Amino acid sequence: MRRIAVVPAFNEQQNLGRVIEEIRAFDPGLDIVVVDDGSVDATAAVARQHGATVLVLPFNLGIGGAVQTGFRYAFEHEYDLAVRVDGDGQHDPAQLDRVIAPVLAGEADIAVGSRFVADVEGYRSSRSRRLGIRLLAVVVSRIVRRRVTDTTSGFQALNRKGIALFARDYPHDYPEVEATVMVSRHRLRAVEVPVSMRERSSGRSSITAARSIYYMVKVLLAIFVGLFRRTVVPEEGTS
Amino acid sequence: MTPLAVSIVGTIASLALVLIVLELIRSRRLRERYALLWLATGIVLAVLCAWRDGLNTIARWVGIRSYPPAVLFAVGILFILAVLLHYSTVISRLSDQNILLAQKLALLQQKLEADGVREEVTAR
Repeated sequence: MRRIAVVPAFNEQQNLGRVIEEIRAFDPGLDIVVVDDGSVDATAAVARQHGATVLVLPFNLGIGGAVQTGFRYAFEHEYDLAVRVDGDGQHDPAQLDRVIAPVLAGEADIAVGSRFVADVEGYRSSRSRRLGIRLLAVVVSRIVRRRVTDTTSGFQALNRKGIALFARDYPHDYPEVEATVMVSRHRLRAVEVPVSMRERSSGRSSITAARSIYYMVKVLLAIFVGLFRRTVVPEEGTS
Repeated sequence: MTPLAVSIVGTIASLALVLIVLELIRSRRLRERYALLWLATGIVLAVLCAWRDGLNTIARWVGIRSYPPAVLFAVGILFILAVLLHYSTVISRLSDQNILLAQKLALLQQKLEADGVREEVTAR
């Protein structure tokens, strides 16, 4: 089974090396593709040093565009399983087995690590952001008719079907919430698994307070408009 | 009724707009699809200027009694909004295409580098 870790990274020369080593420690057979999202620091060089395949975007696309690049790579190179592990170190590769398990067992096409499924210790982000995350969770759960607790989590595993869908169509800017709805609209099976996340060890998160309000409004709009979109179940090779 | 001098100047200006648009299409600086809106604007303006009783007549149709030129403003603002909305759709499409191009570029570049390495290895 061909499996790959997609690691989006924007100016992460500090954290990236450790993340790559941790992924390798979890599973040496996991290929690693780092998507350098227009970094101005040595992100790409660090990734190459640690033996990862590097996709260098000519300018910053934002997390959605970057992640999709990785999924396109995974799709074109015919991987059967892809996991996303963010280059900022927020996602702990040691917990990948939990995220991968439902996909490997064939129980789900996509599994997402959630910080809020159970009382798992660890980083849960600021109060206002948690409120936003909870509100989105309520709205999204209603729409997808399944309990979703962590709509903003990007810590996920996908099978071939999931890779094909995301390679073809992936939301931009703040993609996870919309992607959750999209997955359900395309009738892919999704599950949440409990994980804990870490606070980024260095650098600054790309989401500020004012931005999170814009983010909420934008995402809600995208979700509701998305509901009126014609849905297509993706088939391989039609992208 | 519009004063004759205003009518003549306005008509000439509107026709000039139409001519400029046509020239831009001819010299390939403006694509036909975007030009249609501008041509329509120019023609409507020209008609409203040349047809001296036009504003009053149209105002009467739509029930504006106090100030007929309000018709002109309403039509003008609608045109501007239409053009702006059209631009927003164009920008959205361009930025989507831009993202796709950046992604393809990154994938191709990686492929090229990987192939280059393989060739070096086999050459030895």
